[in-house]
Amino acid sequence: MIDGVLGGPVDQDYLLQARQMQAMSFAVHIPLVCFGIAFPAMVLYLEGLWLRTGDPLYKALAKRWSKAMLILFAVGVVTGTILSFEMGLLWPEFMATFGDVFGLAFLIEGFSFFMEAIFIAIYVYGWDRLAPKVHFAAGVPMVVAGITGSLMVISVNGWMNHPSGFAIRNDEVVDVRPLEALFNSNLWHELVHMYLAGFIVASFLVAGVYAHGWLRGRRSRQHRVALVVALSVAALATPAQLLVGDWAARTVAERQPLKLAAFEGLQETTKGAPFSLPGGIEIPDLLSLLAFHDPDATVQGLETVPADDRPPTGIVKLSFRLMVGIGTALAALGAWFLWVWWRRRRLPSSPWFHRALIAAGPLALVALIAGWVTTEVGRQPWVVYEVMRTEQAVTGASGIPVGFAALALVYAGLVAVVFVMLRRLGRQPFEVEA
Amino acid sequence: MLADSAAVLILVGLTAYVVLGGADFGAGFWDLTAGSAERGAPVRAMVKRAMAPVWEANHVWLIFVLVVLWTAFPKAFGSITSTLAIPLFVAALGIVLRGGAFALKGEAATIAEARALGAAFALASVLVPFFLGAAVGAIAAGEVPVGNAAGDELRSWTGTTSIVVGLLAVATGAHVAAVFLGADSRRAGRPELVRAFRARALGSGVVAGVLAIAGLLAVRSDVPDLYDGLTSGAGLACVAVSGAAGLATLALEWRERFEVARYTAATAVGAIVAGWAVAQQPYMLPPELTVRAAAANDSTLVALLVSAALGMAILIPALTWLFRLAVSGRLAYEEQPRP
Ligand code: HDD
Ligand code: HEM
Ligand code: HEM
Repeated sequence: MIDGVLGGPVDQDYLLQARQMQAMSFAVHIPLVCFGIAFPAMVLYLEGLWLRTGDPLYKALAKRWSKAMLILFAVGVVTGTILSFEMGLLWPEFMATFGDVFGLAFLIEGFSFFMEAIFIAIYVYGWDRLAPKVHFAAGVPMVVAGITGSLMVISVNGWMNHPSGFAIRNDEVVDVRPLEALFNSNLWHELVHMYLAGFIVASFLVAGVYAHGWLRGRRSRQHRVALVVALSVAALATPAQLLVGDWAARTVAERQPLKLAAFEGLQETTKGAPFSLPGGIEIPDLLSLLAFHDPDATVQGLETVPADDRPPTGIVKLSFRLMVGIGTALAALGAWFLWVWWRRRRLPSSPWFHRALIAAGPLALVALIAGWVTTEVGRQPWVVYEVMRTEQAVTGASGIPVGFAALALVYAGLVAVVFVMLRRLGRQPFEVEA
Repeated sequence: MLADSAAVLILVGLTAYVVLGGADFGAGFWDLTAGSAERGAPVRAMVKRAMAPVWEANHVWLIFVLVVLWTAFPKAFGSITSTLAIPLFVAALGIVLRGGAFALKGEAATIAEARALGAAFALASVLVPFFLGAAVGAIAAGEVPVGNAAGDELRSWTGTTSIVVGLLAVATGAHVAAVFLGADSRRAGRPELVRAFRARALGSGVVAGVLAIAGLLAVRSDVPDLYDGLTSGAGLACVAVSGAAGLATLALEWRERFEVARYTAATAVGAIVAGWAVAQQPYMLPPELTVRAAAANDSTLVALLVSAALGMAILIPALTWLFRLAVSGRLAYEEQPRP
């Protein structure tokens, strides 16, 4: 426990609003980031197909997707900027006390944002202006930056969940080892899990758009190619996500036992802890099995710590179930596609498959946000796990509700306008160069 | 030594942002004042063409400044963001409005839509530099004490110095933008736009110069220590360089030497930033917190400086390539594929 270098906790009547404002800002940014992670790779893959086969359809599709990519990137940039400001505007004590421990990650991140901004601009505005090989080569750093762009932010989140690389003496942060903080032990599962989530969200949303067209009779080769590319990504990423999710759960069990207890709302320490499903069904031993790969393992209960130190259980429990349920359903959908593709070399023709695809995109989004709620709310009441409480981190400035309302209005407008513009982009005639 | 190097890194980022990001905001100012939809169309098209490929990269300099500040000087960062929450939040909202509107403008289908997005873009282009400038002015004026929202939330950034620095940020941005756009118009072979931006560059240059002098006078009564710093030693040298470069820019614009004027205009603005930093030495947050006292531990600073050096080695060639392509007009701004 530590008080903080700005003078310790302050009175803040609107802590809850500050948390909700932070959550809202993430809920807008993170879906956009999924496209920043996945779209560059998908677009470049299509361009590669074009270069190899000379088929202009691939190029036309890559070009079209890259336009959407540019819009989403720009909105990702500005919403990310809000997050950067909010770190200080909402949580100054947290930043003042620990900025030097984890800040390095954000610097590296900053360079990766530079590279992404530079090469996305060259790539998208350079279509037909640069030699095809140069153009393709400019896409490579764009893809790499899309990956590294999330690496370091997640390192910070991993650090908040499993702080390392410093010591506390006399209420002061000392002995800082920035590299150790950077490569904390929560980084790896969070990174891979989020990275796959990015591909899942982006690919199912794209597939859903084309599935919608399919149901309305738009079944040209362009639609087939788009669907196959998007579905291949989705079908590979979803089953892998189940395995990584299992890894995440085991890490949580080991390092944040109370978070694990909150997944189930488990009050008392239990040997062979059950996992309950909606509708009052309880599967014995499942939680122990999931968390420790041992049906008899003991799971620590919430009551082992004072009420003040327990995370809110209701929302964490619900979010965890949403994520796992949706993840399983999406994996089934991916398997359906793979099965038909493998046996018949074509897309499933059932309208139900396409209807399910339309639902899959938004559901993947729900799983994404639910996952973050699981991680972040499950960490409460700590902002830095077992070191600093969220209420200690918060700003002493007034006006949080006003800021929250203003940002909510601006974001509502932004989301609406982006949605309209993307729809319009989708309606533009599809032109394949002769 | 380490602390000073980190402070210099912030200064480099800030200068890049004030010049490059500032020019993007200034371009928005000329968009705002370009007149009716029809009359202003050529100016607006030029603004769009010049900005579209580079604004996101230019914007990252702001992120860079923020992250270096919170990593190397966390205590200063927490104090600044909590006391100056209002101007910083307004600026952040302005950035969202501006970036969103700019990115989406290309997809507008009707004149009414384009107008609404254009208005959001242009208005925010003035708000953001003003409020960021006012925040800087508050720091310079010694209105930000160490602590969690320890300063006055309103009065800290509404003093004379803040207001003048805010206006100066708007004016210098507009000036640099006009100079850049004039040079771009010449390369694009648009003589009528060259004339338009030359007139704007001259006008805004005079306004920026007057504001800079007014600022100096305001500081003299408002923050005597800063004034002393600006009128002696290295501070005075910076002020002199800025003044000389500013006058040179006006002369170059007059004689239509637009490419060289890009560099003198950038120097004039950069020297103001440097002058401010030099003048408030050794303080980060005058009148109490020194750069040394605000600095993070040594291992963090070393890691930061090494990472920054490595990062710059990758960034600078990439950025150079982008600007080369953009300035030579090889990045298409038309939304449609070419025939
Ligand atoms: C499309 C999105 C998606 C899908 C299908 C899943 N997850 Fe997930 N999950 C996320 C997206 C996500 C995430 C990206 O939102 C989180 C938040 C933090 C993180 O590392 O990933 C997350 C966190 C997260 C955590 C908390 C990690 C921590 O606090 O350190 C656990 C235990 C799981 N997940 C487990 C699972 C399991 C068992 C799944 C499969 C059945 C699953 N997730 C599917
Ligand atoms: C760096 C990566 C981070 C990611 C990806 C992340 C993600 C999220 C998400 C998605 C939420 C939403 C939870 C909800 O809907 O209630 C959230 C909530 C929150 N985050 Fe983080 N976060 C990160 C870092 C931070 C930082 C730096 C802070 C600052 C102290 C922070 C503090 C909080 C708080 C207080 C909440 C609200 C929790 C609640 O409502 O109970 N997080 N975060
Ligand atoms: C799950 C967590 C997050 C991930 C995976 C993530 C990743 C990314 C990526 C890939 C981008 C590039 C833009 C894009 O492709 O859309 C981006 C933009 C940005 N993000 Fe996030 N981010 C996350 C959370 C945060 C947090 C917590 C912050 C700040 C505290 C932040 C700050 C930014 C900023 C400043 C940008 C804009 C960069 C620019 O100007 O180019 N992000 N983010």
